[in-house]
Amino acid sequence: MSEKYVAAAYLVVFVAVLGYVVIIGTKLTRLEATLAELVERVRARG
Amino acid sequence: MLPPLAVVLFATAISLIFFWVPEDADDPAQRIFYFHVPIALTAYSCFGWGAWKALRLLWKRDERADLESYVAIHQGTIFGALTLVTGSLWAKATWGQWWLWSSRQLVLFLVLFLFYCAYFMLRFSVEPGPRRANLSAVYALFGVVLTPVSFLAIRLAEDFIHPTVFTRDGPQMTASMFTTFCVSLVAMLTLFATFYSIELAGKRIDMRIRELREALS
Repeated sequence: MSEKYVAAAYLVVFVAVLGYVVIIGTKLTRLEATLAELVERVRARG
Repeated sequence: MLPPLAVVLFATAISLIFFWVPEDADDPAQRIFYFHVPIALTAYSCFGWGAWKALRLLWKRDERADLESYVAIHQGTIFGALTLVTGSLWAKATWGQWWLWSSRQLVLFLVLFLFYCAYFMLRFSVEPGPRRANLSAVYALFGVVLTPVSFLAIRLAEDFIHPTVFTRDGPQMTASMFTTFCVSLVAMLTLFATFYSIELAGKRIDMRIRELREALS
């Protein structure tokens, strides 16, 4: 009976870590896109 | 360097927890301890680190410390939420209840967690600038006072519901259990250091990009 609680506890930690990595990854992708857009804008200005 | 180290330490901790350390005959759910307590200690460390950075901001006027303090407290809140969830699961497995309001240790940790949740409400209700940095720093310093109270609550309150593993006579566990606990603690602290550095770097780049965009417009 207690095994399911042990599994749930470790699963919660795993999901939280995974969720955090996904959120950070998404933010970094957005930053890259913004940076690329700014580089384009600077190039267009000459 | 930090991310691979965190992965290796986590894999080692999981292997030790599930394949090496003996199961506690009195409490089959005791395996939760190897993550629950290190997560709680990491949350305390995050809040402590956030307070240290807040002190640096107020004392040395180190402007970078504002963001560092914020990121540490953000991490602490995540680890705090995980402490509550894993603790609740352990409580259900062992005591048959998700939560016990009679346990001062649990209630004080919840108060500490909610106190730091309110930190974000305060921070984001003030316009960015020195005033926000100062207010956040003072709040973070107040919060760190609650940390030792929460940690020592079980001893002060003579609360026998929540188990006390570390006493004046040392850790009340076998050598294999203590080794596994130490590896898990190091893994959790490394995870914090990894997430802290990545989030901080991301936020700094975000700030620079915003400045660059303003300069270009």
